[in-house]
Amino acid sequence: MSAVHGYRKPLIRRDRTFEFLIPQYVDDLDLSHGTALYLEDISVNFDGFQAIKDLNFYVNTGELRCLIGPNGAGKTTLMDIVTGKTRPDTGSAWFGQRINLLRMDEAEIAQAGIGRKFQKPSVFENLSVFDNLELSMTGTRSVWGTFRAKMNRQTVERIEAMAETINLTDQLNRVAGLLSHGQKQWLEIGMLIMQNPILLLVDEPAAGMTHQEMDKTVELLRSLAGERAVVVVEHDMEFVRALQAPVTVLHQGSVLAEGTMDDIQNNSNVMRVYLGTESTT
Amino acid sequence: MRTGKSRLSSLLFISAVVTLLVSVTTFNQLPADHDLHVGNFMVSLLGKYLTYAILAVAVDLVWGYLGILSLGHAAFFALGGYAMGMYLMRQIGDRGVYGNPDLPDFMVFLNWTELPWYWSGFDSFAFTALAILLIPGLLAFVFGWFAFRSRVNGVYLSIITQALTYALMLAFFRNEMGFGGNNGLTDFKDILGFDLRSDQVRLGLFIASGVALIIVYLLCDSLLRSRLGKVAIAIRDAEDRTRFLGYRVERVKLTLFTLSAMIAGLAGALYVPQVGIINPGEFSPLNSIEVVVWVAIGGRGTLYGAVIGAMGVNYAKTWFTGAYPEAWLFALGLLFVLVTLALPKGIAGLHLFKSRNKPTGKMEPKT
Ligand SMILES: Nc1ncnc2c1ncn2[C@@H]1O[C@H](COP(=O)(O)OP(=O)(O)OP(=O)(O)O)[C@@H](O)[C@H]1O
Ligand SMILES: [Mg+2]
Repeated sequence: MSAVHGYRKPLIRRDRTFEFLIPQYVDDLDLSHGTALYLEDISVNFDGFQAIKDLNFYVNTGELRCLIGPNGAGKTTLMDIVTGKTRPDTGSAWFGQRINLLRMDEAEIAQAGIGRKFQKPSVFENLSVFDNLELSMTGTRSVWGTFRAKMNRQTVERIEAMAETINLTDQLNRVAGLLSHGQKQWLEIGMLIMQNPILLLVDEPAAGMTHQEMDKTVELLRSLAGERAVVVVEHDMEFVRALQAPVTVLHQGSVLAEGTMDDIQNNSNVMRVYLGTESTT
Repeated sequence: MRTGKSRLSSLLFISAVVTLLVSVTTFNQLPADHDLHVGNFMVSLLGKYLTYAILAVAVDLVWGYLGILSLGHAAFFALGGYAMGMYLMRQIGDRGVYGNPDLPDFMVFLNWTELPWYWSGFDSFAFTALAILLIPGLLAFVFGWFAFRSRVNGVYLSIITQALTYALMLAFFRNEMGFGGNNGLTDFKDILGFDLRSDQVRLGLFIASGVALIIVYLLCDSLLRSRLGKVAIAIRDAEDRTRFLGYRVERVKLTLFTLSAMIAGLAGALYVPQVGIINPGEFSPLNSIEVVVWVAIGGRGTLYGAVIGAMGVNYAKTWFTGAYPEAWLFALGLLFVLVTLALPKGIAGLHLFKSRNKPTGKMEPKT
C-alpha cells in the first residue's frame, strides 16, 4: 500500500523451501555478516540544533550493548532513527545487509523485527495487562487478521508465562493504567519480548525500579541477549556495570568512546564529559 | 472473562430493542380510542429516533473507540438518505404533479429533458441498497485515504470533516446538481410498491429500523470484542505506540471509518422514508455536531450509551421544540456542559450501568 519502496519481498525465494517455518518478520533479513544494525554517518538537525553528528554505530547479532551519555547526548534520538520515528538528514541505517530502515515506516520496521521500549513507560493504559501482552504478541498485524484472531490455549499460556516472567501474574486482568511505575516498566519489557524481535532497543528500563527489581531486570536483559541483539540505554551506572556488556558513550550526538565498563571509566575524555561525576570508581 | 460481560450487555440491549418493537407494534394495533394506543405519528417518530441511534453508534465506533472525532457524519447520513430519496422519487413514476413518467417534478420544472446519468439505476431497489452503503463508504474511503495517510489528527481532522459536510451542503443546494436544490427530494408515494403513507408500511419501517439497529450493534460489538477492537482502543490512546508494535494505524482507521460511514448511510436511508423528505439541510455542520453531543451525553465508548444518548436527547428535543422552540439549542448546550462536567462518561457511566459493564467504560480518552 504505502512507502514500501526498495523493501519488496520477492515472490519466490529458491533458498526458502519451507517458507511457512520461518516467521514472517525475518523475511529478507540477512544477518550473515554478523552485524544486526549499521548506522553510518548519521546526522540529525532539529531546527538548527545538531542532535546527532556523523554518528557511526554498529550492533552485532546477539550482542548486549549499553549506550550511555549525559542528558541530551542523543541516545533517544538514535532509537528514534532506528525505529522510523525520526528521519536523519544524512547517513544510512541498515538492519542486517538487506533492509534499509530509512525507507520504511514505524510499522514496517517493527514488523521487520525491531522492538523498542520507550524512555517514558508507554503501555496502553485502558487495556488490561493481558490485552497489552496480546497486542504485542507476534502474529498477524493486518486488519482482517486481527479481527479474526482467536486466542488458543497456546497463546494464552504464552501470555501467562510472560506475565510470570515479569511478575504480573496477579495483575493480568487489571487495567494497565493502574500499575505502579516499575510494573509499567516491566509490562513494557514484557510487551517487547512478546514481539520476539531480533533487535531490542531498551530506553532507561531501570528508572523507577527498586534494587530487587533492577537485579531482576538485569537478569532478564542478559538472558535475552544471545538470540537477539539488545541495546540498553541507562543512566544508572550500577545497573550498566551489572549488565557486564560493552559500553558505547555518546556525547553531543557522536560516539565518544567504546569499550568495557572499566575502559570507559578510565577514559579521560569520558571523565571530562561527565565532569567526574560518574567516573569515581 | 470480559467476553461474558460484553455478551450479557448485548443480550440486554437486544432485549430492550425487541421489547420496544414488540410493545409499540402491539399498542399500535389497539383501537385508536384505547388509552394505550400508540399512534402512527409516534411510530414514525420512534422510527426516526432509531435511525438516529444507528447514526450515533456509527459515530461512537470511530470517536469512542478509535479517537477520530468526526464532525461530518451527517454527510454520510444524508448521502444514504439521498440515495434512498432518489429511489423513492423513481417510484413516483408518472404520478407527479406534471405527470411526466421519466422525470421527477423538479427536473420538469427546471425544463430538463432527460434524466441525468447518475439517476439511472435508482429504479432498482437492489441497486439503491448498494448505493446506500457504497456511496458514503466510497467518500469516507477517499477522504480517509488522504487524511489518515498524511496523519491528520485531532482538531485538524475534525475541522476537515466539518468542511466536507459543509461543502456537500453547498453543492446539494444548487439546482444544477440534479438533486432538487434546496427543496430536496419529497412527495414520495411508494416504497417497494407499497404505499408509504399506510399504517402497515410505517410500522414496517419502524421495525426495520429497530432490526437494523440490532444488526449494526451486533456487528460493531463483535468487531470491538475482537483483537481489532483492542487495537482500535490502543490507537485511540497511544497511536504512535501502536505503530511501534507493527500495526498499520492508517489501515485500521480507514477500515473502521469507512464502515462507520456505511452504517451512517444505512441510518439515513431508513430515516428518509419515515420523515418523507431529504433536503440539503441534512448536511448542515450543526447536525454532525449534534450527533457528537448525543454520544457524549449517552456515554462515549459504550455502544448502548450512544443509543441511549441519541434516543433520549431526541425525545427531549421533540418535547422541547414543542414547548419552547427557541430554547432548544441552549438547552442542548447546557445539557452537554452539565454532562461533561458531572458525568464525563455520560449516562452509561452511571453506577447502574457501570457495575454491569466495565470493559471499555474505564477510560479517560484523549482528543
Ligand atoms: N523532536 C525534537 N525537536 C527538537 N529537539 C529535539 C527533539 N528531540 C530531541 N531533541 C533534542 O535533541 C537532543 C538529544 O535528545 P535525546 O532525547 O536524544 O537525548 P538523550 O540522550 O536521550 O537524553 P536523556 O538522557 O535525557 O534521555 C536534546 O537536546 C533534545 O532537546
Ligand atoms: Mg533519552
